[in-house]
Order: sequence, then C-alpha cells, then structure tokens
Amino acid sequence: MFGYYLELAIRSLKRSPGLTALMVLAIGFGVAASMTSWSVFRAVSGDPIPWKSSQLFVPQIDTWGPNGRSADGDPPNAMDYTDAVALMRDHRAKLQSAMYEISPSIVPADAAKHPINVSGHAVYSEFFPMLDVPFKYGTGWSARDDQNRAQVVVINSKLNQKLFGGANSVGKSINLERQDYRVVGVLNDWNPQPRFYDVVNSGGFSTEGDAVFMPFQTAIQAAIPNDGNTNCNAVPKESGFVGLQHSSCVWIAYMAELDSASAVTAYRNYLNGYARDQQQAGRFSWAPNNRLRNLPAWLDSQHIVPSDTKVSLLVAFGLLLVCLVNTVGLLLAKFLRRSSEIGVRRALGAPRAAIYTQFLTEAGIVGAAGGVLGLLLTAVGVASVGWVLPKDIAALARLDVSLLLLTLLVAVIATMLAGLYPTYRASRVQPAWQLKSN
Amino acid sequence: MKLHPILAALRKHKAGTVLIALQIALTLAIVCNAIFIIGQRVERVNRPTGLNESNLFLISQQWVGAPSADAPDGVEKLDALQREDLAALRNLPGVASVAPINSLPLLNSSWTGSVSLKPSATIGDKTGTRTAYYFSDEQVLSTLGLKLIAGRNFNAGDVQHQGFRDSPPRPIVIVTKALADKLFPQGSAVGKVIYSDGSSSPSTIIGVVARMQTPATGSWGNDFAWYSTLVPTRMDANFARYAVRTKPGQLDATMRAVTPLLYKVNPLRVLDDNSIRPFSEIRAKAYRADKGMAVLMGVICLILIAVTAAGIVGLTSFWVGQRHRQIGVRRALGARKIDILHYFQIENLLIAGAGAVIGVVLSIGLNLWLITRYEMDRMPVLYVLVGVVAMLILGQLAVFVPARRASNVPPVSATRAA
Repeated sequence: MFGYYLELAIRSLKRSPGLTALMVLAIGFGVAASMTSWSVFRAVSGDPIPWKSSQLFVPQIDTWGPNGRSADGDPPNAMDYTDAVALMRDHRAKLQSAMYEISPSIVPADAAKHPINVSGHAVYSEFFPMLDVPFKYGTGWSARDDQNRAQVVVINSKLNQKLFGGANSVGKSINLERQDYRVVGVLNDWNPQPRFYDVVNSGGFSTEGDAVFMPFQTAIQAAIPNDGNTNCNAVPKESGFVGLQHSSCVWIAYMAELDSASAVTAYRNYLNGYARDQQQAGRFSWAPNNRLRNLPAWLDSQHIVPSDTKVSLLVAFGLLLVCLVNTVGLLLAKFLRRSSEIGVRRALGAPRAAIYTQFLTEAGIVGAAGGVLGLLLTAVGVASVGWVLPKDIAALARLDVSLLLLTLLVAVIATMLAGLYPTYRASRVQPAWQLKSN
Repeated sequence: MKLHPILAALRKHKAGTVLIALQIALTLAIVCNAIFIIGQRVERVNRPTGLNESNLFLISQQWVGAPSADAPDGVEKLDALQREDLAALRNLPGVASVAPINSLPLLNSSWTGSVSLKPSATIGDKTGTRTAYYFSDEQVLSTLGLKLIAGRNFNAGDVQHQGFRDSPPRPIVIVTKALADKLFPQGSAVGKVIYSDGSSSPSTIIGVVARMQTPATGSWGNDFAWYSTLVPTRMDANFARYAVRTKPGQLDATMRAVTPLLYKVNPLRVLDDNSIRPFSEIRAKAYRADKGMAVLMGVICLILIAVTAAGIVGLTSFWVGQRHRQIGVRRALGARKIDILHYFQIENLLIAGAGAVIGVVLSIGLNLWLITRYEMDRMPVLYVLVGVVAMLILGQLAVFVPARRASNVPPVSATRAA
C-alpha cells in the first residue's frame, strides 16, 4: 500500500511543480539555516570534558570584599597569589592546580633559526591527571618536582614536531627564555574547546593549543611573567613581578577535582573556614563570600558561549518556524485542491486512516526532498562560516554524520508535523458534497 | 468597494488567512530585529577611532632572555633596548614618525584604570571615571594622527620611562575631549588636575585631543569607549610595541624593511607573522564578528522575505483557482477586471494588516526579551513602522501576479463547471 501512496504522492507533486519546488526550497533553506547555526552553537557550547566535568570545580575567594564584587555579588573570577598558594599548600581536594598563562620565547638549537614565541601555562603536577591530559611520550612531572622547582617542561605534539621533528624528545632539553629545561612529556594532540582550565585568560576559544607547560613554582622562580589578564583593586605597593605576587591583584586560575557530594561539602566548608581565618587575621574585613562552581556552571557564569551565537541560533530557528508555517499553508492549498479526488476515494470506501497515510506520505516526500536540499545548503553554510565568523569559532563548526542525519530528520519530521493539519482537513472532506458538486 | 464581502469570504478561509497573517507577523518580528542588529553593527564598525588610519602600522615584538624588570637596573637595560629600536626605526627611509605605545584602538589589549578629581580614591568605589591608558612619547600625536584641540603636545623633556608593572606618579597627561567633558562639564580642562588609579599625586591635563577610542571592542568596554588618557611614558618590559607612520604610499615597502632591520639591531627577539600588522588588519580583526553577524542577519532576512512572498503567491493562487467560477459570476454580473484585481489586493491588505499588527507586538516583545537575555539595546519604533510598511508592500507585490490572473478570468467561466 505504501508503494502505491508513494506513487500517488510523486504523481501529485509532479502535477504542480511550481508549488512543490516552493515547498522544497522553503524547507531546504529553513533547515539549512538552523542546522548551520546549530553546528556553530553545538561547537561552542559543548562540554570539553564530558566524562568528568561534574567533578571539576572552580573555587572563587572574595579577596576584594564588597567593592570588588560583580553586580550579582560574585567575587573576582581569578585568584591572587597569596590565596592560590595557600589553597595549594592546604591541598584539600583529591587533585588540584593553580595555573597562570605564560608566553615565553624559545631559542632553537639551530643558531640559524630565529627565536619563536609559544603560549603555555605554569601549572602544578596534578594538572595532568586531573584533566586526563593525553600523553604521546613520557608523562607529567611529579609532586617532588613541584617542590624542588625542577627545570622540567611538558610540550605539545606541534612544538615537538617543530623542535624535534616529531621524535620522542623525552629527556632532551629546550631553551626557554635562555634557560635549559628537560622535556619530561609530549602531549598527544590536546586542545580542548573551550580551553576550560583557564577561560578567563584565553577568552574561551583558541585554534592554537597551549604548547608548553611548566611547574608553577619553577616559573615563578624564573620570573616568567603572566601573559593574561591582571585585575587589581589597588595599585601594587611593590614593583615588578614580585610586587604582583605580594599584591591583591588577581591573575591566577584554579581548578580542583571533587569526586563526591560529601567532598564538595567538605571543600566548601574548608573555603569558608579559610576566609574566616583571613578575616580573623585582619586580611579580609568582610564575611566569607566564596563560590565553588562545577565546570558547566562555571563556564555558564563566565558567558563562554558568545551571545551572537545564541541570537543567531534563535533567529535561524525563527526562520525555520516561518518556513514551516509557509509549508502548512502550501500543503493545505495543495491537499484541498484535490477535494474531489479525496471525495471519490472516500466514496469508494477508503477509511480516514488511508487518507491520512496518503497525505502524510506526500508531506514526508516533500520533507525528504527539502532535507536533501537542506543537506547541500548546510554543507555550503558550514563551509562558509569561516567567511563571516571569528576564526577561533568558525574552525570549530564541523559537518559530521550526526549533523547530516539530524538535518534530514529535522526536515522530514518538521514537514510531516506541518502536514498534520492539512491532512486533517483533507480527511474531513465530505464525499457526498464533492460528488454532488461534480 | 465594500469590505463586507471580503470579510465574509475570509471567514470561509480561516486557516489560510490565519496562516498568511501568522507568517507575516513572524517575518515582521524577525526582520525588524535582524535589521536593527545589522544597523547597530554597521554603526559600530563605522565609528571613527580618531586616528588617521592610513599609512599606519604596528610592530609587536618580544626580546628573548631580556633583563628582568625586577633586577637592579633591569628597567634601565630594557629602556636602552627600546631606545635602540626606536632610533633605528626612525632612521628608516619611508618612515614619517614612530612612537612606542602599549596598545592601539581596536587592538583589544588594554590597560584600564580610573581617574578622579580627588586624591587617594579607592579603586572600585565607583566615584572615579573609567579610562584606558596609552603610554607613549612625544611623537604619539603625529604618529597616530590625533587632533589636538586644546593645550599643548608632549615634548621630549616630558617623557619618562618605567617598569611595566610599576606605578610611578604621572605628572602630566593628555585626555580625550569625551573624558575632559565628563570630568569637567564646565569646560576648559587644560591646566586642571586629576588623580589616576587612587594615586595621591596629581596629574595635570596639558592637552585635549578630539577623539581617541580605547583598545577594547568587547561589550565590557562600551561604557568608556572614548575615555582615553595619554601618558608620556615609555613602558619597559620584555616586549614592546611601536606604532609607525610611513610617508604616503610607502606602507608596504616600509613594513617589509622592518624585520631585517630589527634583527640587525638585536637578533635575540621574537618577530613572527603577527608581529608587523597594518592598522587596516587590526580593524578588520576587531570587527570581524560584527561584520559576520550583520551578513548572517542579512542572509536570513532575504530568505525570510523570499519565503513569505512565495507563500503569499502560493496561497492566493490557490484561492484564485478555487474561486474561478465565482469570479466568472461576478464578471458576468458586470464587475470590471479592475474590481477583481482590487478585490484580491484589498483582501491581502486586510490579512497583511492584521498580521502586521500582531507582528508589531511580537517585534517589540522579541526586542525586550533580547534586551534582558543578550545585552541588546532598545529598538527605536521607527524600525517597526518601516517594517510594517515594508510588509504591506511585500504583500501587495506578492499578490499582484495571482490577482491579475484572477482579473483575467473570463465572464464565460460562470457558465462552465469548476
């Protein structure tokens, strides 16, 4: 029976090619616009570490007090050196790391080559196991290396390719800011988007991954300055990078892994206790006002998804809605034009269900055709986002099998939904009336 | 023509009428807001920075293993490196002037603080006025092409130098007119004293420039986009930026000459693909997202309008086909072609008008919702009014072809079976 309806539908669609083309075009464009926007939104709102994001937490300490809080009462979104180091020393989470962005220069061993500049982070040893960072060669450094301020680094595979031709470089040394550091590990392509461990400094997205990681205290000792944002509520009293470390300026990111609800509660209590201690010691003159958000909540609070992306998605869905309303109207016209045909079928004994199946099949075919057109247009759309969007974001939008399937599915289901009301009207056609009027 | 028969007929086609009206309403709501977004972005992209942007480029470079500013006389050594570069650049043929500078408008790398009329204000107590600092030397006005409208320019004797993270007193500054007007609404800011970043030592305003945008283009910088303060100080750090103005027509040649020159002065430095950029590139990068958004909204508007127009054509054609015989009857009873044409045109005007009324409510609602959720501005009513007129015209254009076909139905159709 389905084959018969298919044949009927195709015959009917061929009879009014203009109207059919109109519906297919509307659905194709509507679906393609929404799917292209969706691909961008999906890329920027994705969970960068889905298996663990609910266990990763970002603590915020109220170092500045009431005058330094945001409009909704949040303390600064980074830490000053005093708090970051105190939290690392207390070591109350299962794994934790303070981090700051660095941008050192590397002098290649080959004297004919000019120095290059790389981006990276100074972190603690627990950074690597906490974030499940994948290694190609070697591993991260040890807690002892942290304490001893060892001259070690972890580099990414791209830098390894550049400096060592991709060979296993563990044990070799590189020259950072004119000091030698021993390579202990080489990362396997790792550039999570957004760069969730330090969104404050990276702004969320970056096509270039961090190339160098070095022990936090090693970097402090070597006076490798921070490269990201420095926010101050008062001018530092002392000068230089050391002055920054003694100031209340915030410039350090922090992340902790807490595996259970009780661990979270315990850590929250610890943070409040820490703030109370600071209050008693006279450093803070206000009650504790800390925050402890898990990664998804943290990314949300930092507005990582650009509002342009959200507005585009909204507008594109609005376009799809208009296309569907349009399709409802055109299908209604198309179906009701065949009232006499429906009358004859019904008079010959076709039940309402048969009319439903016939017309929904027709709507489904229009949807499928619109979907195929939508696929092509989505491919064009995703390929051309690079022309209009910032490069860091455009590079994330990808055409994959799931997006293709979703495009087809949305087209067919949406068109069939749009076909429901016209089909209902078609099934209500009174056979007697139609036969009489002929 | 009486409206009654049209309304009576529409009552028989409720579904189609509602669908067209709904489509027009949604299209109006989306198109108005989209065009408003486009208008805002275009306005943003076109606002002048206050700089003479042609023949201007920026060098950003970093020294390798430079002396630490924390070390004794580290700052002096860093300053010597910088002066060496400046001297070499200023001798380059094709160069008109060079100024060391910490940032440029639209560069999105800023040093912000607050200035206040009282000494020792605490930062963050919101009494100060937020500003972005540009640290440069006596050549900054000529290099950037800033227009001095009051007071005097910096001279070589005014120029200090300091470590990147230090905060020595700033005895003299030049501010933008916007900032001067904000601080001194009575006017004549030249010679007045302000205090920067909670300092207790005064800064005297020696000059006012017409306009100079701050480096930040993000929404966080909107409140103080024109409040710039120029300080005659060379910043000494392990990196430095130099703004270079070339003689007319020599931009490309001069930019090509910079890399070999700086390597010759001191090979231990990082200069990469991004180190030497014309200002046009900085501008393009800063506004890429805005341009993209405008293009995207434009494309969506075009598709929307096309789809809605096509929908009106489709449904009206159907009605014309359906009423073929009735049209024939009316023609046989003496209606002229023009009467039939007007019938469909007025019918469309009624439906589009009803849709537009709903659309106005939806547009304003959508705008208000976007304001609460996505930091959008309030849309002027003019956008909606123009949108309404545009929708009515769109409806009339779309209905014309089917309506004319209807008017060509011969009176003899009345006698034929449908």
